[in-house]
Amino acid sequence: MSKVLMKGNEAIGEAAIRAGCLNYFAYPITPQSEVAEYLSRRLPEMGGVFLQGESEVAVSYMIFGAAAAGERVFTTSSSPGISLMSEAISYMAGAQCPAVFVNIMRGGPGLGGILPSQADYLQATKGIGHGDCRLLVLAPASVQEAVEMVMMAFPLAEKYRNPVMILGDGLIGQMMEPVEFPDHLKTAPSNKNEWAVNGMETRKSDRRNLIRSLYLDPEKLNENNLILKAKYDRMKKEEVRFEAYNTDGDYGVLIVSYGTMSRVCRTAIDQLKERGIEVGMIRPQTVFPFPETAVEKAAGKKSCRVVASIEMSMGQMVEDVERAVKGKRPVQWYGKCGGDVPTPEEVMTFVTSLAA
Amino acid sequence: MGKTFHKPLALSDQVTHYCPGCTHGVIHRLVAEVIDELGIQRRTVGIAPVGCAVLMYNYFTFDFLEAAHGRAPAQATGMKRVRPDLVVFTYQGDGDLASIGMGEIIHAANRGEKITVIFVNNAVYGMTGGQMAPTTMPNQRTTTSPFGRRVEEVGMPIKMAELLAALQTPAYITRQTVIKPKFVNKAKKSIKKAFEYQMAGQCFSFVEVVSTCPTNWGLTPVEALRWAEETMLPYYQLGDLKTPE
Repeated sequence: MSKVLMKGNEAIGEAAIRAGCLNYFAYPITPQSEVAEYLSRRLPEMGGVFLQGESEVAVSYMIFGAAAAGERVFTTSSSPGISLMSEAISYMAGAQCPAVFVNIMRGGPGLGGILPSQADYLQATKGIGHGDCRLLVLAPASVQEAVEMVMMAFPLAEKYRNPVMILGDGLIGQMMEPVEFPDHLKTAPSNKNEWAVNGMETRKSDRRNLIRSLYLDPEKLNENNLILKAKYDRMKKEEVRFEAYNTDGDYGVLIVSYGTMSRVCRTAIDQLKERGIEVGMIRPQTVFPFPETAVEKAAGKKSCRVVASIEMSMGQMVEDVERAVKGKRPVQWYGKCGGDVPTPEEVMTFVTSLAA
Repeated sequence: MGKTFHKPLALSDQVTHYCPGCTHGVIHRLVAEVIDELGIQRRTVGIAPVGCAVLMYNYFTFDFLEAAHGRAPAQATGMKRVRPDLVVFTYQGDGDLASIGMGEIIHAANRGEKITVIFVNNAVYGMTGGQMAPTTMPNQRTTTSPFGRRVEEVGMPIKMAELLAALQTPAYITRQTVIKPKFVNKAKKSIKKAFEYQMAGQCFSFVEVVSTCPTNWGLTPVEALRWAEETMLPYYQLGDLKTPE
């Protein structure tokens, strides 16, 4: 298929369809309402399910109900809405139900603002709801990558029987970029009849299925948590994704940055190079699991004197960067969180102050 | 002579955890009998609530999904929308449905979701130990209304069936009870109708069942039945509030 110019939010909706997900429930919230607007037209065309729920709370449980029946399903929201959905996400993680949640982040806390932000990093990566639950979190840096990650997210959610989150900042949703859609995914949700509550008649045996997160027996609950932990550990082994930029040669500063912010950093790195200042970058594409080893290795390079976590939040990812660097290099933070994205000049000023 | 009484296929062999005199057992049996009679065990999914019936899936033999407190109608919505061929029902208590789940039940009803809701109203939070519910009767003592429900502070009990019947879309809304044998058969008929309307793709169906909680009411099972009849039934009047015909 040739390239089309598309707004991120609409491309995300289209990507889900091409991933074979024809079920979408949502509640409007800026800056991602275009996903719902787009799919309210597209899904009926495709014979799919579109429903605008009465709240993010209700929507997240509609997702749970559809996922429990073994069908591909997803929703999109933005920061305050995701807070409301975090209850259901915890239940779904506990009950091992796969689904995709897209968070097009806006500024917070509270109502915050409606402009781009990355301030839900800790919420997304450190166990979004109550209890020991984790999400696999993919962080796109372009509309194209958002499309690819949405399409990747469904099979990943099914592989782990766990919710997967696409963590994009408001710019990813609002920006128009040329995008090329990969072919339709041909896979259907696998083995769903083994666990889904989709009616006993779907199974050959007389076994009935039960989906729950309640285990009153402490040993049984511990067992369930061990099953979940094993999945999260497996994610850390198998799902780490990152991109290294300008790390082949020597550099004095290593930037760690993701999403839209990483693109600004990339411009800054290119411009600094022209001035003879070498800066490397690790761009996490998964923020859970975090590319710890890659960051540790890149920070450990002899020439590297300092590591900078540059993010549109007041210092959230920096905690993961510090953990990865293990005190071997000083770790600095730079960021802004009001809604305007730091400029390449601002990043260059910060980085040169470190390089000096 | 054939066997005249047997356990419904839809019920499991497990002994329930319900207190003596609790009417959940009777309502479970009615649901199971209806599912047997309609022959839908293999395509039914129950949504179990938070509350005393949280473990109800242990007592049935078909697929079940556990709900979060109040959210069962949203879960049922999601499931039924993506699998319209399934028979989906929720089974919820009054703390669950009339308090924390008020938003979900009203909107599911108003959208006319083709699901069935069995609403067990015993005027108290059972599982958490007898706290005041939105359906607690005026002056009724509970662990959080030790001097009785003061309506001037917390309002009158909510009549869920009437509230939902005020919406134009939901078409089958009824209130029944199981506190006397003569009511049990009527309640079963209503539950059966509710499932039949769903199966015909006709409407949202809601059966409120006035129930008892001897333990949290501090009464013997017999006293509890009498209290329900004398105190609850005059306020929660039995009968169909809306039928699709």
